[in-house]
Amino acid sequence: MSSSRPDAGGAAVLGAAAPSAPAARAGARTRRRPSGPGAAPYLQAAPLALVLLLFLVLPLLVTAAVSLWDYTEFTLVPDATLRNYREMFEGCLSGGACGTLRTYLSTLRLCALTLAVTLPLGFAVAYFLAFHVRSDGARTALFLVCTAPFLTSNVIRMISWIPLLGREGVVNRTLLGVGAVERPLDWLLYSEFAVVLAFVHLYTLFVVVPVFNSLMRIDLRLIEAARDAGASSPQILLHVVLPLAKPGLAIGAIFVGTLVMGDFVTVGVMGGQQIASVGKAIQTHAAYLQFPAAAAQSVVLLAVVLMMIAALTRLVDVRREL
Amino acid sequence: MEFAAVTKRFGVAAGAAAVDALDLRIPAGAYCCLLGPSGCGKTTTLRMLAGHEAPTEGDIVLDGANVTDLPPARRGTAMMFQSYALFPHLSALDNAAFGLRMRGAGKAERRARAREMLALVHMEAFENRLPAQLSGGQQQRVALARALVTNPSALLLDEPLSALDPFLRGRVRAELKRLNRELGITFVHVTHSQDEALALADLVVLMRAGRIEQQGTPEDVFDRPRTAFAARFMGGHNVFPDAGGGGRVAVRSDLTRLAPPGSPGALDAVVRAVEYTGTGFALTLAGAGTDELTVLQDETERRAHPAAPGDRVGLTWAEADARRLAAD
Repeated sequence: MSSSRPDAGGAAVLGAAAPSAPAARAGARTRRRPSGPGAAPYLQAAPLALVLLLFLVLPLLVTAAVSLWDYTEFTLVPDATLRNYREMFEGCLSGGACGTLRTYLSTLRLCALTLAVTLPLGFAVAYFLAFHVRSDGARTALFLVCTAPFLTSNVIRMISWIPLLGREGVVNRTLLGVGAVERPLDWLLYSEFAVVLAFVHLYTLFVVVPVFNSLMRIDLRLIEAARDAGASSPQILLHVVLPLAKPGLAIGAIFVGTLVMGDFVTVGVMGGQQIASVGKAIQTHAAYLQFPAAAAQSVVLLAVVLMMIAALTRLVDVRREL
Repeated sequence: MEFAAVTKRFGVAAGAAAVDALDLRIPAGAYCCLLGPSGCGKTTTLRMLAGHEAPTEGDIVLDGANVTDLPPARRGTAMMFQSYALFPHLSALDNAAFGLRMRGAGKAERRARAREMLALVHMEAFENRLPAQLSGGQQQRVALARALVTNPSALLLDEPLSALDPFLRGRVRAELKRLNRELGITFVHVTHSQDEALALADLVVLMRAGRIEQQGTPEDVFDRPRTAFAARFMGGHNVFPDAGGGGRVAVRSDLTRLAPPGSPGALDAVVRAVEYTGTGFALTLAGAGTDELTVLQDETERRAHPAAPGDRVGLTWAEADARRLAAD
């Protein structure tokens, strides 16, 4: 990185130390840390920076580059063409709904449905943990319970839904048994409902944690002050707790939003390969070795998700929360 | 405002009472200071009055109505919290308007009234600031405006001056007294500082271990301490063994005089330190089984008895200045 900064920093320290400290001590100090204290922060940050550079920035650059390549059924042709982007948005500009737009709408719909459930649910769980559970031990135990969905592998988790939600599954049997329905419900599995259910099952925790964090910072005297001012419990929730939980909710929404937007396994398995999503579209292209098309889709998806995050971070100062 | 045999116990019923069978009447419009060391039950008393703590036994009466089981908002009290407890996400104006908003007042109405309150505490120029953008003293003013906005009949203040620097403390003290006079509502102020209580109160209630040790006007409580605890806590007193009876007496430091050692009726003591206070001298002495004796000498006294650290002296006082103390 910058090579002149550390030297300048070292010189400044030496210059400052020279009048007060013996020269020998100042010398020993510089010998121990040859590049001067100015370089230390950079050195400390270097390993992580290197990892990010190698495994995030570089792949993204490669993806962006490949998205400009041309391809045929058998070959990838290094090029600088906008063909992939053009094909992606074919028909979009001429008024009719193009495939890409419909895929995005379908994905955004999944995202919105998942958020609509995970945000209130996560808030409720976090609220309970923060305000109703008094002992730290019980809190830790309940947090572990919240992580239960992550204790099994993705594949087993997906398969396990079948005996529960299938036509002959536990839910349908029970509903038939009590006479609530006449025929088994077929929208329980391989449907949008099933996809959202799987997302909720897995991702609610990502809302619970940041919201819990926000709630734990609320000074209980604020709630007392609100009650003193005549606020009822729903009013306290609406005017004091919710506004102060907003940063946590926004961070949770970012987590869930990005996870859902990029997912292709859950949508595929739980949707019975019938529901369109951006992640699946990319995966399909990649499966047919149409890497340039997949790369172009990825770049657009990345842009969309970044815009979503930008919009959410405008609501709250995320930095302050971390 | 009246407490009738109010008791509060925390935790298991067998535990010691934080407030023990408290009986107290506070006249309407008075400035009452609940004074005492930490853990004496003064804050619990205030919180029971506010409705944030339910008494285990006894009744609390406000303006002739028993409010023991009423929620805070229906008691006509407003509390100002020690840490101010301003809502960090609301501007000064919205903080001040909060109580009215909860009552469903219209936006224009509550803003006008909140502005009035902010003007009352000289904060109208800061109405758009968030609490984090205000200094401690300013936050306190906003908290005061927020408490007053609903026209409470009693304002309850929990250690309102403890977080302020000494200069600001004096100014806010004057401000509180002014508001008490102008608004004509009862102020109940919890403090551990006797100076604050003496300066502000019409009624000083000195508490100790959940009970009232002594109550009365500041002059009463300061000048006629009932017990050694009261004399020591209010400060400015020496507690001596009573020469006549077996009990003890309290004599004010400024009315305790030095005499040559061994004078008839004088109490032997050794000077430990002499401090110049500007208006006189403060002597710290050891004697009568304690090293917490003080004598305040004015310049005339000092010239008559120029004692230095290490000197043996006698301590005398006029019989009329000695206050007999009840047993603790």
